[in-house]
Amino acid sequence: MRLRTLVLREIFERKSQLLTSFLAILLGITVIVSIKNITYYSEKAVAREMDSLGANVLVLPKSATLQDYYAADLQSQTMPEEYVTTLAMSDLAGLDNISPKLSVPIELQGKTFTLTGILPKSEFQAKAAWGGAGIFSRPIGCGASVGMMGSTDKKTLARKRVIETLEDNEVLVGADVASKLGLKDGGKLNVLGKTFSISAVLPQTGTVDDSRVFAHLHVVQDLSKRGPVINAIEVIGCCMEISKGLVEKINHLLPDAKVVTIAQITTTQQNVNRMMSNLSLMFLVIIIFVGGASIANYMYANVFERRREIGTLMALGANSGLVLRIFLLKALILGVAGGIGGYVLGTILAMVLGPKLAGVVVLPMPFLALLAVGISVALALAASYFPARRAARLDPCATFQEV
Amino acid sequence: MLRMENVSKTYRHRGKLVTALDGATLHIPTGDFVSVVGPSGSGKSTLLLMLGGMLSPSQGRVLLGAKSVYDLSPNERAEMRRRKVGFVFQTFNLVPYLSAMENVKVPLFLAKMDEKAQTERATALLDRMGLGDRLDHKPGELSVGQQQRVALARMLANDPDVILADEPTGNLDPETSQQIIGFLEEFNGEGKTIVMVTHDPRAAKRAKRTLRLQSGTITCQGATDESLYQADSAVA
Repeated sequence: MRLRTLVLREIFERKSQLLTSFLAILLGITVIVSIKNITYYSEKAVAREMDSLGANVLVLPKSATLQDYYAADLQSQTMPEEYVTTLAMSDLAGLDNISPKLSVPIELQGKTFTLTGILPKSEFQAKAAWGGAGIFSRPIGCGASVGMMGSTDKKTLARKRVIETLEDNEVLVGADVASKLGLKDGGKLNVLGKTFSISAVLPQTGTVDDSRVFAHLHVVQDLSKRGPVINAIEVIGCCMEISKGLVEKINHLLPDAKVVTIAQITTTQQNVNRMMSNLSLMFLVIIIFVGGASIANYMYANVFERRREIGTLMALGANSGLVLRIFLLKALILGVAGGIGGYVLGTILAMVLGPKLAGVVVLPMPFLALLAVGISVALALAASYFPARRAARLDPCATFQEV
Repeated sequence: MLRMENVSKTYRHRGKLVTALDGATLHIPTGDFVSVVGPSGSGKSTLLLMLGGMLSPSQGRVLLGAKSVYDLSPNERAEMRRRKVGFVFQTFNLVPYLSAMENVKVPLFLAKMDEKAQTERATALLDRMGLGDRLDHKPGELSVGQQQRVALARMLANDPDVILADEPTGNLDPETSQQIIGFLEEFNGEGKTIVMVTHDPRAAKRAKRTLRLQSGTITCQGATDESLYQADSAVA
């Protein structure tokens, strides 16, 4: 005979009475786990989608107007290039990538195109390393640019709008430019009196980028004689950080610039996150009230029903601490079983409903098992404490009375 | 062994003061076998509860050995009960979801005995009670006589010095009652002190002496063969 045996025997003997409380806690945990699971994978999917859109925050000169997101830099207003350094050296969280641009109109073989100067990412990293601080000196958490780090394929510029390296004598050519001028990878192109090697012809994007020629920012500044200025800075920001006010923080950092974001996308993401978070919280509150009340009610009834048994144990020499432990161990077992059962059911539910409701593939999340068991055990113990204390303080004389 | 010094117990019921026990003084030496008789509500069970450290008196002292029982903390009283007192109940008070063997193991578990020793001791005690073939039966699967014998085995588990029995034959047929009283005599013969509350004159007569309670007062203390139902004798 052990304490565990005593408790388990009682549970299995009166399992039908325990069923309602167990179901209340099981269903509550199931719902919380499934919502959390689907939300997590849904957020990941949205983050991937944001990544596929490229930059989601634009820094423009104060007086600039934004007509076309992809042509934001095609205007005459400029701002100092040092804004880029200010951003790169800042401690703002959630900046995944920065891409400054200076665009000037050019004529090639009698046709008008745009020469866009861009700064490869390697230069930011070098700057950050010199400074020993800044956004590239710390881990980037949101993963919006996953898969881009270290990529040497220059064609990623078409989709990511950021490039790792770009030499002074290299250009990247948009799909329309290439087809109209008959250009190919490895060919030569003369722009504003300087001969460049074509390091890549970019794939068709359906945007104004197809009519651009991309060169190193500083080369474009020199060739256009515009000096150290830029037209726009494209920023890839983490969705979560944008939600938390990244735009306002950049605005604060660069008060003389205009900062805009793809508001619709971030707002949608923000709303979905908020809804899921609220839903999860609502179920947590429901489970605390319904599950907690159910467990407390069951435990009080159980103490009342077993008062003679408790009195007998006390007559045999059990102290109040042991009686308290008997009921709290029972609550612990109930909590662990409800937590594990709720995790398993919730995960299965999320895996089945995730693709149907949110259009995402959902996988099990072991971390949620800890959360489920933690909530369930804490709830069961808290709800059982007062009934258990009542049992421990029971008058052992009940043993001698007809009950 | 057991001593009560001017013990009273009063409580309030619906605003009225009720006296359950009134100035009880008695001495029960080691190896005694005392039956306590009296009408319902006369304070018999109250007296037994107080002797067992389960109900504190409103005034007076209860001593077990040299120790004043109610000067101990509740946990020390629980420990005292575990080590020195064995209870036998009218309705047996077996834990219904435990087998006969497990019921007997409960006090051994409370004494922190290891599992193997628990099994050996419980088996020996149930064998002694003639229940060696009913070890795995639950109380509901046993007759009332067998249940009381399991309760006796459980009571003996920690080898108590004092046995407090509350109507141990109250729910039993005459033949089984005789068997249970026989067991109590056997335990008394082994040196255990027994106090037995009973309504059954035949059971009371088997004790060495009898206490009679009337309205919370001990009215007669004497040898059992003396007139059992004679009241109003002075308390020694």
